[in-house]
Amino acid sequence: MSEAPKLVSVVIDNITVQVPPGTSILQAARTIGGEVAPPAMCYYTKLKGSGGKCRTCLVEVSKGSNADPRPMPKLVASCRTNVMDGMEVKNITSARVTDARNGVVEFLLLNHPLDCPICDQAGECHLQDLSYEHGKEGTRYEFHRRTFDKHDLGPYIQLHMTRCILCYRCVFVADQITNKRVHGVLSRGDHSEIATYIEKSLDNDFIGNVIDVCPVGALTDRTFRFKNRVWFTKPVDAHRDCPKCSGKVTLWERGKEVLRVTARKDQWGEVEEWICNDCRFEKKHIDDWVIEGPTKINRHSVISQGHYVGVVKPKETFSAVHDGSKPKLLMNIHSVSEVNRPEIDLSAIPGPATSDVFNETPKKS
Amino acid sequence: MQALTNRAKQVDAEPLSFWERLYLPGIAKGMLITLKHIFKKKATINYPEQKRPFSSVFRGLHVLNRDEEGRERCTACGLCAVACPAEAITMEGAERKKDELHLYREEKYAARYEINMLRCIFCGLCEEACPKDAIYLTETFAPANYTRSSFIYGKPDLLIPDPVAQPEDFERAKGKLEEHKANQRAKKTD
Repeated sequence: MSEAPKLVSVVIDNITVQVPPGTSILQAARTIGGEVAPPAMCYYTKLKGSGGKCRTCLVEVSKGSNADPRPMPKLVASCRTNVMDGMEVKNITSARVTDARNGVVEFLLLNHPLDCPICDQAGECHLQDLSYEHGKEGTRYEFHRRTFDKHDLGPYIQLHMTRCILCYRCVFVADQITNKRVHGVLSRGDHSEIATYIEKSLDNDFIGNVIDVCPVGALTDRTFRFKNRVWFTKPVDAHRDCPKCSGKVTLWERGKEVLRVTARKDQWGEVEEWICNDCRFEKKHIDDWVIEGPTKINRHSVISQGHYVGVVKPKETFSAVHDGSKPKLLMNIHSVSEVNRPEIDLSAIPGPATSDVFNETPKKS
Repeated sequence: MQALTNRAKQVDAEPLSFWERLYLPGIAKGMLITLKHIFKKKATINYPEQKRPFSSVFRGLHVLNRDEEGRERCTACGLCAVACPAEAITMEGAERKKDELHLYREEKYAARYEINMLRCIFCGLCEEACPKDAIYLTETFAPANYTRSSFIYGKPDLLIPDPVAQPEDFERAKGKLEEHKANQRAKKTD
């Protein structure tokens, strides 16, 4: 009979929390939540061994523990440092941390291209949020940014190596979720790149999860490529009976079209349950799914724009005062508009739409 | 109630005096004011023969811009649509093919782009939101029309003429056609 482990108390930004020993500072800070939790670009709770690479979660430890109260001399990566009893941590209350984090963000953005207007990750990109919070407007980098050719990893996943920040999350997914890994990081330093060994396609059932774990737009869904912007689609929780995975997903809808399927994410942007490739890429029809209800989106996110909650519509009085006749429709926008034509089913196209799709003469029905 | 300005006058409900009942002095006073206006500067002009210059910050009809090589700048990033308070802008993006490099600046472009001018309030937020310098509000206003359907402006209505393929149309749109022609003639004679 083992006793429940004794909790240790940590003070993070003058807030005391009790956590079990062996918890990382980052996880302890996440139990407080809000701004106290340091941002993390490479650490992922569900992936063993992740973290310690991006240095965005740096914090200052002003008191090591009750036993050894000396402060740690350097800022430490909170995702890889475990708490000690009586530890005192400073995150947003420390000017050193803020300054270091600004520097880290500047480094992360050295080689990151400014193609957010094109990138499908825009709107749910962690690097975008981070640089919005900490980044400077300009860059001091004077050299050419490192560039790579984009290539397709299999029929479903597209790799934009130029956007990669080398967080290794996708490598850990391939290592731990799928049973065989065929991609990894090649070369060193500035030349490092995520690449499949001799461009081998990744044909594992769960490889689609690398798209969800990617904090930037380096790995994106080819079936959603350029179909719409994230904030114009409506996220809905849905599930289906899947023999391979839990089948619990978020559908990103536009009207009745399912443009994208992703796993459900928690408040830290981490996947709740991994989903299989069938659910992610093949089931793009509304009838495949049982809808549970709209996904809760943080109201500060751009995705929640235009999603009005608790709207009270005024009662339509026209037909009551006009002997039950309906108001005359002066113009149906769909008879004029060229956008969102019903005969173009974007969700049915396997890759990105091109001019062929839009310039096709409408079928006579 | 306290008046907002000190120009409010109490209504005088006193019966008119003999002098006021005569009526003629009142007419004379009124006519004097009317005649004075004949010699004043007119507040109106004879539009369309005469036109007033626009203010430099005037926000009129939108254009979709091209770069110097005539490629479309818009990448269908959707920022104008998300900034639009009237929800007048809609678009659909597409991927640029290999043989379309001369048409579009970036790998993604707006295959369809529509502004509903019935909804548009000409606030200029789309122009401010655009990261690619693709949309601008010009110094013209939307022409009047009899049908509602003619106010749905698509890409053919919005795109500026191609400065490479249609240089004359481009100069005409800028209002510098004569200048351009003179330059061309000067070049030929050189």
